[in-house]
Amino acid sequence: MDSRLVRGANVHEVGLMQEALRIALEHADAARAARVHSLTLRIGPLSGVENDALRFAFEVVTPGSAAEGAELILEEVPVQCWCVGCARLFQPADYVFRCPDCQQISGDVRQGREFDLLAVEIS
Amino acid sequence: MTNSPDTASPHRVLHLHERVLDRNREQASRNRGLFRDRGVVVINVLSAPGSGKTALLERTLTDLKNDVRAAVIVGDLATDNDAQRLCRSGAPIVQITTGTLCHLEADMIARACNELDLDTLDLLFIENVGNLVCPASFDLGESLRVVLTAVTEGEDKPLKYPTLFKTADIAVLTKVELADACGFDCGMVRKNLGAIAPTADIMELSARTGLGLTRWYDRIRGLVHVNT
Repeated sequence: MDSRLVRGANVHEVGLMQEALRIALEHADAARAARVHSLTLRIGPLSGVENDALRFAFEVVTPGSAAEGAELILEEVPVQCWCVGCARLFQPADYVFRCPDCQQISGDVRQGREFDLLAVEIS
Repeated sequence: MTNSPDTASPHRVLHLHERVLDRNREQASRNRGLFRDRGVVVINVLSAPGSGKTALLERTLTDLKNDVRAAVIVGDLATDNDAQRLCRSGAPIVQITTGTLCHLEADMIARACNELDLDTLDLLFIENVGNLVCPASFDLGESLRVVLTAVTEGEDKPLKYPTLFKTADIAVLTKVELADACGFDCGMVRKNLGAIAPTADIMELSARTGLGLTRWYDRIRGLVHVNT
C-alpha cells in the first residue's frame, strides 16, 4: 500500500511505519516466522515522529500482513546533550538545551534523534 | 492487542538495531556524493506555508544570475504555481508534486536530478514542501539547511517547532519590512532562535525591499566559491 493513498492520513508517520513494518517482516521472513506478535521501536523526542500518529499508522499498515493484530511497543529515550564548558552529558528540561549547571545552551545533541526498530516478537 | 498464544510454535524475540530511516539516509548519502562530484552546493529551504520561500528564491535567482549558475527543485502537494514563478528568472526549475505526501525524500531528489544537467550548475536550491514538522526527519543530501520564518507568524514559531528549527544551519527571518505593521518583536524571535538553534546563523531580510540580502548573497557566494 502506498502511504500517499491513505486518505485523511497526511502524516509522514504512515510512510515511516510502513518502512518499519517492511524491515520487521524481512527479519521475520528470514527467521521463517509465520506471525509477528509485536514490534518494539525506540523513539527520541527529536526524531520528528509522534507516538499517537505512529499508533494510528500501525493500525493502517498492518492489516493483511503477518503483523496483523500485533502489539506496537514504543520505548522513549530522553534527549542527552554535551556541555562543552562542564565537559559532561546532561538531560535538558525542555527544548531549550540549557546546561543545568552553567546555563550555557548546547547545540551538541548526543541522544534523542532515534527512530529505531529494536525487536520483533515472532512465532 | 496481541495475538492469541500460538500453540504450534513458541514465541521468539529477534533483537535488532535497525534505523528505520536508513533507506532514506543511504539515498541521501548517494545524493551528497553525486553533488560533491559535480561541484554543486545544495541548499534545502524549509518553512511553514507562506513564509516566503518562493519569493526569496525568485529574487535570489534574479540577483545572482550573473555570478552563480543556480537551479531549483521545488516540492508542493499540488500545482506548479511556484515553479512557474521561479521559471521567470530563466534558471532551470524542476517541480515535484507530492500528492498528499507532506515532505520531500531523498529518492525524489535523485529522480528530479535526472532532469538537470548538474555539470552546468554551481548551486541547487531545494524548496521543500511548506511544513514545519515532517521534513525535519528527511535528509535529502543537502550541503546545508535554511529554515525561514516570517514576521507575519508568531515570535514563538521556533519554540513551537523546535525539532525542525534545530536542524537549521541558517535561520532566516523574512518579510522584515512588515515587522512594524505586524507589531512583530524581532528581538524576541532572535532570542527564541538563539535558544532553540544555538549554532545557526541568524539573518533578517526582505525579498521585497532587498533589506538584508547582501549578507545572504555573501554567504551563498562564499559557499559556491569554496566549492569551485
